[in-house]
Amino acid sequence: MDEKKYLTIDGRQIAIEGERNVLEVARKAGIEIPTFCYHSDLSVYGACRLCLVDIAGRGGVASCSTAPEPGMVVKTSTKQIRAMRKIAVELLLAAHDQSCTTCYKSTSCKLLDLANKLGVTKVRFKPGFERMPLDNSNPSLQRDNNKCILCGDCVRMCQEVQGIGVLDFAGRGSHSRVVPAFGKDLKNVECIYCGQCARICPTGAIIPKNEVSKAWELLDNPEYKTVATIAPAVRVGFGEAFGMPVGTDVTGKITAALKQLGFVAVFDTTFAADLTVVEEAEEFLRRVTAGGTLPQFTSCCPAWVKYAEQFYPELLPNLSSCRSPQAMFGAMAKEMLPKLFDVPREKVKIVSIMPCTAKKFEAQRPEFSRDGDRETEVVLTTQELIQMIKGAGIDFNAIEPEAMDLPLGFKTGAGVIFGVTGGVSEAALRYAYKKLTGKNLANVEFKEVRGDDGYRRAEITIGDNKVRVVVVHSLSNAHKICEEVKAGKADVDLIEVMACPGGCVGGAGQPVYVGMETRKQRAAGLYRVDRNMQLHSSEDNPYVKEAYQNILGTPNSHKAHELLHTHYQSRKRIQDEDVLVSGSDEAQEKLPVTICVGTSCFKRGSQQLLQELTDFLKENNLQDQVAIKATFCHERCDRGPTANVDGTIMEKCSFEALRAEVVKRLRSAVAK
Amino acid sequence: MEKELSSATQFGKVCEILDRYDRDPAKLIPILQAVQEEYRYLPEEILTLVATSLNLPPAKVYGVATFYSHFTLTPKGKHIIRLCDGTACHVKGSTALLDAIRKRLGLTGKQQSTPDLLFTVETVSCLGACGLAPAVVIDDKVHGQVTPEKAVALVEELINAEA
Amino acid sequence: MSNISELSKDLGHRVIICAGTGCVANGSLEVYKAFQDEMTKAGIHLIDTPDHRTPLDGDQQGLHLTKSGCQGFCQMGPLVTILPQNILYCKVQAVDVPEIVAETLVKGNILEKYLYLDKSTGKHCHGTDDIPFYTRQKRTVLANCGLIDPESLPEYLKENGYDAARKAFCDMTPAEVCKQMLESGLRGRGGGGFPTGRKWEMARIQPGPKKFVICNGDEGDPGAFMDRSLMEGNPHCVIEGLMIAARAIGADEGYFYVRTEYPLAVKRLRKAVEDAMAKGILGKNIFGTEHCLTLHVMEGAGAFVCGEETALIASIEGKRGMPTPKPPFPAQSGLWGKPTIINNVETLATVPLVIRDGVAAFRADGTEQAPGTKTFALTGHVLNTGLIEVPMGTTLRHVVESVGGGVTHDNGDPGGTFKAVQIGGPSGGCLTAEMLDTPLDYESLRKVGAMVGSGGLVVMNDHTCMVRIAHFFMQFTQNESCGKCVLCREGTKQMLALLDDIIEGNATAETLTLLEDLAHAVSVGSLCALGKTAPSPVLSTLKYFRDEYEAHVFHKTCPAKQCKNLLKPTIDAKKCVGCGACARKCPVGAISGERKKPHVINEALCIKCGACAEACKFNAVI
Repeated sequence: MDEKKYLTIDGRQIAIEGERNVLEVARKAGIEIPTFCYHSDLSVYGACRLCLVDIAGRGGVASCSTAPEPGMVVKTSTKQIRAMRKIAVELLLAAHDQSCTTCYKSTSCKLLDLANKLGVTKVRFKPGFERMPLDNSNPSLQRDNNKCILCGDCVRMCQEVQGIGVLDFAGRGSHSRVVPAFGKDLKNVECIYCGQCARICPTGAIIPKNEVSKAWELLDNPEYKTVATIAPAVRVGFGEAFGMPVGTDVTGKITAALKQLGFVAVFDTTFAADLTVVEEAEEFLRRVTAGGTLPQFTSCCPAWVKYAEQFYPELLPNLSSCRSPQAMFGAMAKEMLPKLFDVPREKVKIVSIMPCTAKKFEAQRPEFSRDGDRETEVVLTTQELIQMIKGAGIDFNAIEPEAMDLPLGFKTGAGVIFGVTGGVSEAALRYAYKKLTGKNLANVEFKEVRGDDGYRRAEITIGDNKVRVVVVHSLSNAHKICEEVKAGKADVDLIEVMACPGGCVGGAGQPVYVGMETRKQRAAGLYRVDRNMQLHSSEDNPYVKEAYQNILGTPNSHKAHELLHTHYQSRKRIQDEDVLVSGSDEAQEKLPVTICVGTSCFKRGSQQLLQELTDFLKENNLQDQVAIKATFCHERCDRGPTANVDGTIMEKCSFEALRAEVVKRLRSAVAK
Repeated sequence: MEKELSSATQFGKVCEILDRYDRDPAKLIPILQAVQEEYRYLPEEILTLVATSLNLPPAKVYGVATFYSHFTLTPKGKHIIRLCDGTACHVKGSTALLDAIRKRLGLTGKQQSTPDLLFTVETVSCLGACGLAPAVVIDDKVHGQVTPEKAVALVEELINAEA
Repeated sequence: MSNISELSKDLGHRVIICAGTGCVANGSLEVYKAFQDEMTKAGIHLIDTPDHRTPLDGDQQGLHLTKSGCQGFCQMGPLVTILPQNILYCKVQAVDVPEIVAETLVKGNILEKYLYLDKSTGKHCHGTDDIPFYTRQKRTVLANCGLIDPESLPEYLKENGYDAARKAFCDMTPAEVCKQMLESGLRGRGGGGFPTGRKWEMARIQPGPKKFVICNGDEGDPGAFMDRSLMEGNPHCVIEGLMIAARAIGADEGYFYVRTEYPLAVKRLRKAVEDAMAKGILGKNIFGTEHCLTLHVMEGAGAFVCGEETALIASIEGKRGMPTPKPPFPAQSGLWGKPTIINNVETLATVPLVIRDGVAAFRADGTEQAPGTKTFALTGHVLNTGLIEVPMGTTLRHVVESVGGGVTHDNGDPGGTFKAVQIGGPSGGCLTAEMLDTPLDYESLRKVGAMVGSGGLVVMNDHTCMVRIAHFFMQFTQNESCGKCVLCREGTKQMLALLDDIIEGNATAETLTLLEDLAHAVSVGSLCALGKTAPSPVLSTLKYFRDEYEAHVFHKTCPAKQCKNLLKPTIDAKKCVGCGACARKCPVGAISGERKKPHVINEALCIKCGACAEACKFNAVI
């Protein structure tokens, strides 16, 4: 029975080797069956119908949902199927805002590509779609329902891979649309801006927000000293857009191109990654020795941080207080460069080149601004920089590589591998090894934490110590480990979380890619860079040492905390109006009382609190002096139930305490 | 004041409903049906509460609420007039009925409820009362073999009763 | 052909008021109340709904007064049946009741004026024994429906109820149950006609222990109400069918999924399930065996597509009712990923008959390929509308002309001209007069581009525009498309737009070609059966009534004179008396003429609003 089994596709015998479906078998054989909604890492949806093939005896079936069977005779392109595909594409185009010439996705749009391939020269149907407003109010992503073809890729990405479900279908039939809850903007819902929806979107319906013009504005202003910094993962994704093999390291070329664009200096966020390693590993060792909150979660992924703030406020003390490398870079650059360039702080502008859309959100967090001056002024994705370079007419393939500027352009291999899942852990382990044993590592590669599984466990022995590490990527896996930690069953000391599949190399700001192969090759590229570097441990970075000597003092010092650490806040998932429960809204003389009835508070008895207060007021004829509102979050979920009596937030609130506070306030109001 | 206090107890109603269905996300549809029965529509904040209580993404609850035609996210009128537009009713002239009723109430296909929220006019695909075609259901009472004149007369009756 | 009178003998002396949706709408609940009052007043001993202890024979003094489910003859409702004489009074109103009680119940006189008048013979019919609408049917599945009290479990038990379930649980193995179903040749009554036994066998051989059975009561086809009548009229027989299905595959949990538009069916099913639980028929240790079965009744929330198996499962799971690709079939991986079978109401109502009476008895009716009987909802321009049951393979002609009593004019008078019959709802097709001898069975109908579907039969007279009928169904499918797959979502929308063009006179030859190409693409490419069959009404009318499409497209006329934009009103000079009413009504002043002389319409000005035709008392505007 070990003999190979075969099926026939378009007259060719092809072996079945454990493929899930006919489409995969055909792909393996180099026969590309068109599809919008099939992705190997998402569930089978079967909605676009383009992958229909003819199977002898069964007629037209969707190849994405049909398991390969020995002896099957498959035809992928019969007359009937070609006609159907062409009509399907015409139908999609008729319901699509065909502003292709100005569309960001015009060069990577699957719909446009397929229309060309199928020879659609005219759309015979009447255009018909209800025009919907652009969702453009958040810093990271832009959503345009008029370009949505309802393939559901983003919906499944967010639900299945990220485990969140920000987007879903609403409405029915031709009124269907993909929207956040209640059709709100992404800004007002639980979106964490990882942008994986944009990455997988076949058209321009969800795209990273474009800030190229902002970058040009900075460069055009002679008063500014505008510098660029590039994240580790950018260097191995960039070359794809210029026909280079996936994973090619083009750091030098990017540096040269950035200089040509007019940046006064080009630095490396990897320098800050080295700082992060030192700070984070020190923090970890301190938690271990001083009995701090463990396990420690990494905090360099801004999408993960927002996720934790929204969904696991009770675990925020477990998050490393370290800023992300981007935010550390911003703080350090703003500290050092004004002196270097001899200009005021606000004249130094930092443009950060990131593989990531959530970094755009992170850069505008108020913690990372001083007096309204953002530490990182503009965040460009890899794709945006590619666009800038192409737009400036730079022949990237021909440009001679240049070296980055010092001091912030110097890095070690430990910082570089931040761009791939497991990299942060590995870098921290290298640091911890030396710190704990005082010895240099013979082999710096911790293969135990490498790999592509979404949830990996490793136990590393360092001298007499054992460090239990969990590395996760994709937030559905983060959810898993968070639940384990909450339940006290995690059995782990250090947890690395990256929101994007594969880590930053798979970020949504990178050139559009399909399938896992691309991101694996980018990861391999980063490991190659590490191998080719002279230094592999962050503490060996001479400029990091210098920074500690001149500015920061020791790791986790007061100054280090000021510049390199941050704090977190619980966040409301859905921004909405409070519900007036009792006491009309118009009267001004009323004592406002808000009680949280969000999930966490609800479980802790907020409903009863609400009822008891209402009853109390009614019994004592006080109902027209108090306006009670129910809200969904006071953002202190770990300390619920919470109530807000005219600005005073009461945590773990009992009815007695609430009653006392209300009565006190009413009395003082009467006294006045 | 009475009215507002009663809304406090109504807020408790959704919690009762959730408990009645064991806070089971699989019972989302019966829960939404019960919520709609209680509030006459599905208010956004109640849906958010349902979502968080069931540990479902709010977008999913919104998706379900907008998929089924029985659910409404806007308040419906006091009197609900449902016209059957099944095949039998259609071939026997249900369109004329619809036109007549809409004309009398000043409604269109897009605007289904009168501004004073006294009336909502809807069409349903089939009431299964084909023997009575064309059929109209007014506040759950089925009227069979309705003519446009009779339909308008039925509406007039309600208007007069409300006046 | 009727076997109703035979059954009715068991039911003793009683007055049955039809309480199906149709009769209730016509006031049958008031009639019931009036009977209660008047019978009490007349000193007739009213026996409550009997329980097990009350003998149900006619020797007892007094009468039962019961409400029944739909008796099928909705148009003549409210219906009052008096047993044991088996008298059927039609269109009874509450005010008529004193007379009926005094004359018929007390004195035994039959009141002719309430009897059904057979217009073809001019004779009054006594009851179901001689009313052609009933005698020309074969009511098997529907036999008890309309006689027994649907809310009474004892009454169902008296009619050998749950005997078949007992047999399946106590005397048969699951494999034997499946085998008997397979041999009976029973095929799904809900649409495709998949052999029930094969479906069950597929689920039976799946590994357990958890499996589900589901009764699909989401009957949403416009113009079909067979399942509603069964669930309202005889809920216990549907439960029994589902029990046998559960036994066959080894399921211990099941659902009734009933559309929300059927509140009475939901209520009666809920009560029937509760009663059966209380009686120990459902629940733990069924019939003393180790088997358990819990049944839930779930109300739909208004989505036609939930009639599709995978969408229905999604809906029970609390999701948007969107179909998923098959395979996997529900029998392999259904509700919560467990083996699940879904059967339609009528199929399940037939199951107890198959188990109880055996294969041979079941195969006595119908054809070799499609044994048994099938219910249809006969509506439209036909004299007798209502719920009917005939053996599979009966010709359309028999149904329309014999049972239905022939085609009517628009006003309901007999003598209309047959144009088409639409069968199978939005998934079916329109058939012409030439096809009236087509036997009603799965294969024959499929061959002519229609389908049995759930069994809606809509008869249309020559005043019906077939393009508009196609448009009507397309509108329906477009509204009910779930929106998941491209071809159904966008395709139905565009087909509707093309039909709009045809109706409004904006179509060209290209419109027709495109419509046909699109219809084929949608039927090839759609994800689920709703989408795949959505083009059927278009394709079948294009096939059989192409000349009508061409008239609309090329000559800009509507032969049935239904499409306003294509009307070219002219005034028949012979009929016109020159009163000027039309000219006064015309909003654009397109009509002129001297007083008392024939008027004329200026075609260039006319906006085809039809106001002139409405205004004319002499039918001179044509």
